[in-house]
Amino acid sequence: MTMGQKAFQINAADNVATALSEVAPGEITITGEGLKDKITAAEVIPQGHKIAVRDIKQGEPIIKYGVPIGTATADIHNGAWVHLHCMRSNYDERSSHLDIYTGVPLDQEY
Amino acid sequence: MDLSQYKWQGYARTDGRKGIRNKVLVVYTVECAAFVAKEIARQANNKDVDVIGFSGCTDNAYAIRLLVSLIKHPNVGAVLAVGLGCEYVQPQRLADAGADAGKPSDWLYIQNEGGTAKAIEKGLGVVLNMLTELKKTPRVEMGFCDLVIGAECGGSDYTSGLAGNTVVGAFYDKLVDTGGTAVFEEIVEAVGLIDLLQKRAANDKAREELTQTYNKAMDYCKSVRQYSISPGNFVGGLSTIEEKSMGAFIKSGTKPIDGVLQVSEAPTRKGLWLLDSTPDPHWMQFGITNPNDNEGLMDLIGCGAQVVFLVTGRGNVVGSAVAPVIKITGNHETFMNMNDDMDFDASAVLYGSKRLEECADELAAYVAGVCGGGESRAERLGHKEYFIPYKYQNIKRCGDD
Repeated sequence: MTMGQKAFQINAADNVATALSEVAPGEITITGEGLKDKITAAEVIPQGHKIAVRDIKQGEPIIKYGVPIGTATADIHNGAWVHLHCMRSNYDERSSHLDIYTGVPLDQEY
Repeated sequence: MDLSQYKWQGYARTDGRKGIRNKVLVVYTVECAAFVAKEIARQANNKDVDVIGFSGCTDNAYAIRLLVSLIKHPNVGAVLAVGLGCEYVQPQRLADAGADAGKPSDWLYIQNEGGTAKAIEKGLGVVLNMLTELKKTPRVEMGFCDLVIGAECGGSDYTSGLAGNTVVGAFYDKLVDTGGTAVFEEIVEAVGLIDLLQKRAANDKAREELTQTYNKAMDYCKSVRQYSISPGNFVGGLSTIEEKSMGAFIKSGTKPIDGVLQVSEAPTRKGLWLLDSTPDPHWMQFGITNPNDNEGLMDLIGCGAQVVFLVTGRGNVVGSAVAPVIKITGNHETFMNMNDDMDFDASAVLYGSKRLEECADELAAYVAGVCGGGESRAERLGHKEYFIPYKYQNIKRCGDD
């Protein structure tokens, strides 16, 4: 079904796209209606995770579906993996305290 | 494509609504009567006999409203209420609700019949007579303009917000344009979307209802200190509750939202409605919003939805009593892996092999097939889940105290 690695961008205003399979560093095609850009993935992006499709400055909103889904906590370069290590929720503080690879909460004592 | 081209034969109900199924509904009023009710349905051995019930026995107003709304549901043609004999919930009153809606209705107490075997024998006789009676239900032409369709998602993954829910949203736009009614839920997954909700309001009253409902859900999230997002969601690539929320909200499409329904409330006019299933604030400690997917589906069906969508990424297998469930996935691997359970593959939009519009048209054709009597996957497999919990939610409109 797929030729080469792809990420899906749902809204033309978005600054991130979603990897449709695990992405290796290198060229990646951005799909979505009317979108056929190619960018270069800077690092491994897990399936279903987000890749920046342009440079995003610290403090800027992360835009997906054409709406803010959080705020960048660091400068993010075009092609970089976008997840909890470089963005946070504007509502749910707890999600900033999860392990970025496993999602395991690190703020709960046992 | 114009959805008004699709027509099929439905079942006329006295309240003017039209059903796509003609079921005998066996309703138990307390867990003590559940075995007898289920045994009556099993022995009737007919796919048009469904069971629902409430574990009881205290007569929770929310649960009674939900039972009555399901009894009056357009897919239901006849009702048998089965009680034990000492519970709060009254089977006779439930049967009266069915009779008020012009449906053959009956009830029994297991204690009065002389126990399990005699109650089953009597109930089975009643149900078999009802099945014969239902063959005389007048048929009527119907189309999408006569439908209420509900949608929720469960077992979501990254494809749900990008493909499954977007195809439902595109379909909902067409449904509303055709004069049909669309209902969506999961307001606890609208975190961060207040501006968007307000912008989508059809009028001032709807805007006020949406704002109140949003604030109630936010209070709920804050008071239980839990947003509707889990470690598995983060591993799957969702970074924030806002991202998950927007992925869920996108199934509402782009049309104006006409207002907010409480559970068991039928829409007062055609259009797009938000279903609020969050318990009321002062009772919040006594209820969980959506304990499982079947509770959410039951809530949508309680609003009169003749057919419901369950959008899933990871895969789910459930169906429902009363209304067919159509399971939609945006994950092609899930569609192939759980093929017997999945009704519709929406993944093509991700790869650019089909346009959103095209997928929405295909979904419409599939829905028309199920409404015309074709079996959904869950129906074929015999799934008839239901879930009616205790909950505290008053039906009140804006302006009420």
